[in-house]
Amino acid sequence: MSMTLAPRRTTLAAIALTGVGALALAACSSGGDTSASDTASDSGSTDETATTSDEFTYLGQTQNTTIIGTLESLETGACAAAADGTPLVSDAIDGTTWDQQLQVLAGNDALSNMSMAAGTPSLMQDFIDAGLVVDLSDVLAEYGVEDSVLPAAAATLEQLYQTDDLYALPTEYNIEGFWYNEELFAEAGVEVPTTWDELVDAAATLDAAGIQPFVAAGGDGWPVTRLVGNYILRDLGSDALQKVADGEASLTDPEYVAGADAVAALGEAGYFGAAAGSIDYDTAMNQFLTGGGAMFYMGSWALANFNDEEQNQIGVDNIGYFAFPEVSGGAGSIDEVPANAGIPVMFTTSSYSDDIGEWIACIAQNYGDVALAESGQVTGFTITETPADQSDLTTLVQDEIANATGSVLWFEAAFTSEGTTVSQTNGGGLASGNLTGEEFMQLVQDANEG
Amino acid sequence: MDSVFRDRKATLLMLTPALLVYTIVMLIPIVWSVTYTFQSGNAITGFEFVGFDNWIKFFGDDTAIDALWFTLRYAVVMTFLQVATGYGLALLYIFFLRNKSSLVRAIIFFPVILPTVAVALMFSRIFEAAPTVGPVNAVITWLGGDLTDFFGDPGYSFWVVIIMDVWRSMGFYAVLLYAGLVEIPQEVMESARIDGASGWKLVQKIVFPLSLPILLSSLIFSINGTLKVFDSIVALTNGGPGSATTPLTLYMFRTSFAYGQYGYGSTVAFMLTLLCLLATIFVFRSMRKDVTK
Repeated sequence: MSMTLAPRRTTLAAIALTGVGALALAACSSGGDTSASDTASDSGSTDETATTSDEFTYLGQTQNTTIIGTLESLETGACAAAADGTPLVSDAIDGTTWDQQLQVLAGNDALSNMSMAAGTPSLMQDFIDAGLVVDLSDVLAEYGVEDSVLPAAAATLEQLYQTDDLYALPTEYNIEGFWYNEELFAEAGVEVPTTWDELVDAAATLDAAGIQPFVAAGGDGWPVTRLVGNYILRDLGSDALQKVADGEASLTDPEYVAGADAVAALGEAGYFGAAAGSIDYDTAMNQFLTGGGAMFYMGSWALANFNDEEQNQIGVDNIGYFAFPEVSGGAGSIDEVPANAGIPVMFTTSSYSDDIGEWIACIAQNYGDVALAESGQVTGFTITETPADQSDLTTLVQDEIANATGSVLWFEAAFTSEGTTVSQTNGGGLASGNLTGEEFMQLVQDANEG
Repeated sequence: MDSVFRDRKATLLMLTPALLVYTIVMLIPIVWSVTYTFQSGNAITGFEFVGFDNWIKFFGDDTAIDALWFTLRYAVVMTFLQVATGYGLALLYIFFLRNKSSLVRAIIFFPVILPTVAVALMFSRIFEAAPTVGPVNAVITWLGGDLTDFFGDPGYSFWVVIIMDVWRSMGFYAVLLYAGLVEIPQEVMESARIDGASGWKLVQKIVFPLSLPILLSSLIFSINGTLKVFDSIVALTNGGPGSATTPLTLYMFRTSFAYGQYGYGSTVAFMLTLLCLLATIFVFRSMRKDVTK
């Protein structure tokens, strides 16, 4: 009999563990709940805070080495005064579960002074509403450095978080579009497309010439869903996706499904190559930079890779850029550039002090120059010195930003966390031809509705 | 010893510390998480009482139902294969390899101690289709087949997960069942042989009935382990393609910590707890008679 009882007890304990595993975590963070609502009352203002801090903590993603590199240069360089008595202490964790980590940290009131912002804008909005994030418009005005952030970048961030004030600093400012291998285009006799139909024709010609038309990280999903979003914005106008977020339109409406169908058709034709759903970001980048495909939809943050001679086997002069093509008869314009502030950085209110304020002001004033000079990174900060050895591609990106008449956000920018995840986990299915446009849009719409 | 257990005070004194720890780390969080199932929100936005909304949502949520269905399918297939291969290996150790089985046992047990992530990385390479062609695809194309994207097709990825997990765990069940089989008295086997039972008949009539208790333990271990599968799937497919290989555990994790819906996540967790309980009771009930015979 003892034989039969023992497993039951073990199992009950095991069962209990199942439920408890994740929920113990939830229970832990309940303390943070009250503190979050406490701080909510002063809505991110900087009153009643300490005046000094012993250290300036920064938490970033291991994948991003530009921000921490720039901060370290600033600490010993332009920001030495701010760092005196408040040295930089940095830490990094993997970026793939970034938003989850931030939620747990925020729930426990354990955010670093400065950290990369949440990838999902709706989560940032939660942070802002809960008063966890410093209102930078106030801080920059207090130190008289409000001119240090480019108006276009500030506008993009405010549009993204749907706020009137600035809550994050644009450590990157990117435009997105197609980068193409000029040699492969010439080999197949293809011209730069300006409409979607021309793009599809170009892909067909490249494919017939034995060249893989598109390189995309289907495993990450977003490089594919960006195409869907941009098609919709070109076809239905720049407010089309906001309408979905506001509930005025549904992704399952036929005119929206058309965008997903257009991309699914490329996938079905095999234009993204074999097993497109399994390719990750680094693999895709490597594939493009070793001549494995002709067109690569990506943000201008990839300039760092393009400018790296070791990675870039096809040569930086061989890479051209063209804007996401127009959709014939569509309401959107090719001059509206898909733009984003990469992953900007935010500052937490809970350990804010005057020392941290000094750091913020110094970063705002100097980050742009240092990042551009040391990493070739185009940021959303005002630039006072242009480096002499700047590559043509970097200049091209700066020109594109300067000449853009307007900017649009990406497909998932206004979606919920759930909608974003579902969209990106299913994006690969579009590229590999396993999902139809309608199936994809239905999944994302359902997720958005929660 | 008897007198100690009859002394109520002594019993209480000995049980209290353990019971206290158990209450703090087990019972309170369980009750706490159950209260979350009636709330929505998270630690950042605060909580709000929503009654049975989370439960109603669960049964109308296609993704949750898909995850539930996947979990059940995975648990049934895995439990069967784990215990069957384990039992087969244990019989192999006992009847064929006999005293020479220790090296084979060690080799087959080896994957159990490997980190899941390392195993998953290895299997993703083995079944890779692009950018490099993995060994499995190399064989398929060599035999004249088409390049197969194992992680892009829901049907294939399910079986890749199964193959990996069976490979990873069969050694454990083999050792567990082997321990049960060596306990079978040699005299019983001997007398059965004298009575003319051999081979399959011996296994069917003598070995199987006598090893039922340990088989039952294995089944309960297995079904509960497989219902809670998480790490191997996250590391191998991350629930993909789409959500085709997303079990309830992963869905619970995502709803709670990625979507910030602690209440709904707790509801999914509670459903999983119920499922484990039901599975255990079912296995236990259906085999109890045989065990106590």
